[in-house]
Amino acid sequence: MSLSKDQVQHIAMLARLKLNKDEYAESVEKLTRIVDFVDQLSQADTGGVIPMAHPLDTAQRLRPDVVIETNERDRLQENAAAVSGGLYLVPKVIE
Amino acid sequence: MSDTQQDMHAQSMSELAAGLDRGDFTSVELTQSLLDRIGRLDEQLNAFITVTAEAALEAAARADKARAAGEGGVLNGLPIVHKDIFCTRGVKTSCGSKMLNNFISPYDATVVEKLSDAGAVVLGKSNMDEFAMGSSNETSYFGPVRNPWDLARSPGGSSGGSAAAVAARLVPAATGTDTGGSIRQPAALTGTVGIKPTYGRVSRYGMIAFASSLDQAGVISRTAEDAARLLGVMAGFDERDSTSIDRPVPDYVGGLNKSIKGLRVGIVRQHFDAGLDEACGVRVKDAIAVLESLGATTVEVDLPNLDLSVPTYYVVAPAECSSNLSRFDGVRFGHRAENAEDLLDLYCRSRGEGFGDEVKRRIMTGTYVLSAGYYDAYYLKAQQVRQLIADDFKQAFAAVDVIAGPTAPSPAFKLGDKVDDPITMYLNDIYTIGANLAGLPAMSIPCGFVDELPVGLHLVGGHFAEQTLLRCSHQYQQATDWHTACPADFK
Repeated sequence: MSLSKDQVQHIAMLARLKLNKDEYAESVEKLTRIVDFVDQLSQADTGGVIPMAHPLDTAQRLRPDVVIETNERDRLQENAAAVSGGLYLVPKVIE
Repeated sequence: MSDTQQDMHAQSMSELAAGLDRGDFTSVELTQSLLDRIGRLDEQLNAFITVTAEAALEAAARADKARAAGEGGVLNGLPIVHKDIFCTRGVKTSCGSKMLNNFISPYDATVVEKLSDAGAVVLGKSNMDEFAMGSSNETSYFGPVRNPWDLARSPGGSSGGSAAAVAARLVPAATGTDTGGSIRQPAALTGTVGIKPTYGRVSRYGMIAFASSLDQAGVISRTAEDAARLLGVMAGFDERDSTSIDRPVPDYVGGLNKSIKGLRVGIVRQHFDAGLDEACGVRVKDAIAVLESLGATTVEVDLPNLDLSVPTYYVVAPAECSSNLSRFDGVRFGHRAENAEDLLDLYCRSRGEGFGDEVKRRIMTGTYVLSAGYYDAYYLKAQQVRQLIADDFKQAFAAVDVIAGPTAPSPAFKLGDKVDDPITMYLNDIYTIGANLAGLPAMSIPCGFVDELPVGLHLVGGHFAEQTLLRCSHQYQQATDWHTACPADFK
């Protein structure tokens, strides 16, 4: 099955990726090949098989809901491009 | 300089530990000599993204002081390198991406912390495929790594920098990560040892996530003994990783010398089908014959769903990647586009500019298979097939202790050869991916050469059978000397 340009545009938007024109053309071609390749899964007989939830057949471990981390906001924000007064700055969202 | 000092780079970690104990050299001397070697030789390889010379020499001096006081951990003063996927406090942690080219990690990964606490000296951070997505190291923002056995060839990936550095004797051992073969395939292509432990055996805390149900940290070294030594330090329960397994860590080094007499080795017929380079197949069969000569018995086993492992992986891994990599938003850390028109533009352009082609492709594949209307047909279906693959292994391990076969379908390929065709590249991992899908430990060890390029023997074990894999590999290395071969230009 071939993916259309519209489909790829939709996927890129869902994934929040801006692609240039060349990247779109290449993505349509390569994603189509990847999807064709993984389509062979549809041949597998999986009737009654419970989808794997954990590779070790165990459940996710829980821990008591207690505070174990200290607040290191200033240090963590050193990697942000724009902060002010402990807040992250982004382009204006509400006019 | 004495002889023992001159050939420090050629020694395994265990030999270096003995040398430090005897006082043949200090950790500062050892560290400086390897830093000099990196400075002299890495230009050809591009195995390093960052060399942390100053911090390494400081750590070495601390190790020497501890040793003089009769203190220090089990790796005291021994040099290692971390794949640049492990967060390292105060050091750039790029994950091979432009996205994180400006990221200075505010904390240490558990693996980094444990190895440093044991006294290891970190020489730097190794190059890798971007976000560990690749099998040739060509997707790195920092350029491809070159294979020390032939500089025109790939060292494999994604832990290609770690593998090339170990193969070229720039460091005795390095950390790596393996989501579909990213430790074992580069180990095979560079003639080194690589072990991917059982899912959950080593903490993933601080290891930048690619596909969380598959990712696992491990070791690349030149001997199975060194792999055992490092894994013993890295493994163990970690409160900070919710998938970490709370189970005692065996004495991996202590278990190495037990004979493999009676070990049941499974052979999968399909592993030797047309997909495998014929000469590689001969080397692998020779290696299995060596195991038999050491007392192992071989049993034919069947993995009927093996062919579906690569397509299963290329649904599950991209799906998890698209979710994990959604954290890169240009706001809190990482690359941020300039002059964004609005918030959406900031997200889309920061990500469009920060990620390379293969990463974008995997994010989009993952987004597609998880999107409305496709989830059942792809993601759910893949998790069902994944269960079938895991069941196949379970059944096989009822009859055998390890499964032996080739690690990769061919020796190292030329840089540029497979980069334009994602499917050919993906098929490189056909023999390794199953272990990730089923959460099993697996290992690659050098077992000979084809056209002067190394070939790897792949061993897979049942859950938590690391000790069996390490023992089998160590016994093989006692009987053979492939692991001592050194690329001509890096002696």
